[in-house]
Amino acid sequence: MTAITVRRGPRRLRELPGKIGWAVLAWAVAIAFFIPVLWMVITAFKPESAAETWPPKFVFTPTLAEFRLAVTGMGPFLLHSVLATVGSTILVLLLGVPAAYALSVHPVGRWRDGLFFFISTKMLPIVAAIGPLYVIALHTHLLDSIWLLVILYTAMNLPLAVWMIRSFMLEVPKELLEAARLDGAGRLREIGGVILPIISPGLVSTALICVIFAWNELFLAINLTVTNAATLPMFLISSVPQEGLFIAHLCAAATIASVPVIIVGWIAQRSLVRGLSMGAIK
Amino acid sequence: MASVSYVSASRVYGKDTPPALDSLDLDISDGEFMVLVGPSGSGKTTALRMLAGLEPLDGGRVEIGGRDVSDVPPKDRDIAMVFQNYALYPQKTVADNMAFALKMQKVPKADRDRRVMEAARLLDLDEGLLSRKPRQLSGGQRQRVAMGRAIVREPKVFLMDEPLSNLDAKLRVQTRSQIAELQRRLQITTVYVTHDQVEAMTMGHRVAVLSQGQLQQCATPRELYDNPVNQFVAGFIGSPAMNLRTAPLADGGARLANRVLPLPAAVRTAARDANLSELVIGMRPEHLHLTGGQPGQGPDGSGELTGEVILVEELGADALLHVRLPEGGAPIVTRTEGRKPPAPGREVTLRIQPEEIFAFHPGTGARLAG
Repeated sequence: MTAITVRRGPRRLRELPGKIGWAVLAWAVAIAFFIPVLWMVITAFKPESAAETWPPKFVFTPTLAEFRLAVTGMGPFLLHSVLATVGSTILVLLLGVPAAYALSVHPVGRWRDGLFFFISTKMLPIVAAIGPLYVIALHTHLLDSIWLLVILYTAMNLPLAVWMIRSFMLEVPKELLEAARLDGAGRLREIGGVILPIISPGLVSTALICVIFAWNELFLAINLTVTNAATLPMFLISSVPQEGLFIAHLCAAATIASVPVIIVGWIAQRSLVRGLSMGAIK
Repeated sequence: MASVSYVSASRVYGKDTPPALDSLDLDISDGEFMVLVGPSGSGKTTALRMLAGLEPLDGGRVEIGGRDVSDVPPKDRDIAMVFQNYALYPQKTVADNMAFALKMQKVPKADRDRRVMEAARLLDLDEGLLSRKPRQLSGGQRQRVAMGRAIVREPKVFLMDEPLSNLDAKLRVQTRSQIAELQRRLQITTVYVTHDQVEAMTMGHRVAVLSQGQLQQCATPRELYDNPVNQFVAGFIGSPAMNLRTAPLADGGARLANRVLPLPAAVRTAARDANLSELVIGMRPEHLHLTGGQPGQGPDGSGELTGEVILVEELGADALLHVRLPEGGAPIVTRTEGRKPPAPGREVTLRIQPEEIFAFHPGTGARLAG
């Protein structure tokens, strides 16, 4: 017993500098990532006059004035963002589950090619597609329509979702599916009654990631919508006035826009970690 | 209730690999408890999965109750399977797990509940467990639920794929006898896969021994033990395993440890007819007896071996002696009375009756008639 304690002491000491080093590094990286966000939130509570000083002021009288200002006129943008995000995410799941099933549990012929095709669509820079997309949208009369964003966000998120859901489905024990087959479950029953309940944490994390991507998307929205389907990120841009001070105003609007994502992430944190690490548990 | 037949059933996974199951012919009669046993890769699980319909056939056919079911989907074969890891649906309650197949068959709810209750009673599953989820159960309880799920279907054939291998040793022995007893009561044809020869011997009416995709022998446990057809079966059945040694032929027997072990005349004739200069002899540990007498051929014509005890394994009722022969090689294991086994280092003499010595062809492994 004593012998062990004696040997443990110095080793712990030896490891200490390394541990401290890593801790410092981890904190430094974390703070570096967090400071802009913190700055945004703090600035949102400043009056416009105090927002753009150098060095930045840390002592000021917090005000909600900029929030009040930012909220006015946000309504339609918020609605469009919610519609595009929720609509596309539901579509992604509806399409992604059968697609992932056909690429994992009962793989179709040439499933590798299918899988590669899905991910290859993400390799093209979206800028390259914006011209054709604009023309197509123009001729289908979908320009500046919320349906266009729902369709495009679905297409944007589907490849990643298929890959994720597929990897979750591969984790479902083979024997369970065989037991279901022996019990007489058809394809639909196999998916709905056996697979989906097991991979539900994975589905939640997939949905969450789709929500975040769709919510934050700006490029397609700014190029293909004007007013009828303009989303929250566009509101942020449009809230920048042509002249005068605007930093506090912008920060307030950005803070409001970030809140839903943070709340959703916070609530689903556990399921997100569980879902994303599903492959690791086994 | 039905018989099961494999007719030249084959399964080949890859072009360059030997068949996982090579033309299996096996008839299992109605109500029989058939155990498929063999080491991993022997094809026993493949054979079972073929019967279940989870594995296609590359040749031959499988019949249940005289009907060719080779192309019938699993759910229409009227079978129920117990998986090694039980494969219980984690999101369903125990009762729903057991009733799922009946639900798929559109059996009315009242009827389902009754059958689930009956099965639970049969398996001593507490009623309170029925509303729980599988993860809230112990390993033994899960095993019984898996059995229950098979029983409620009242199938023609039970298929069991190593259902006891996830239980601890004590529970395994207990459950072993429960399953055998249950099968006797229900009289449902059962095909049971295991790699454990003790399970095979204790449970099966008949045991089919497989190795490398080929059926070696199918017989009653007693017959397998007394009359193994080849070296593989002889070495696989029996615990501890039979002592197998290659020995040159000598006048009147085989030469082992500077001594001639007498062999029955029939064996000697068979060896001579096959032009053998040496053969493989097999001696079961329980057939080798410690003797206090002087080495040499025993008075009753039995053979004797002398060697040094290098290890004693106490089992309580008896003990296993590992005896090293002067010529080296793997030690000979013998079973002896547990009370006063000789200490390691002692020189001992073992005696065996000629008719209890097995002899095998050194090339083919086939038993030389004796």
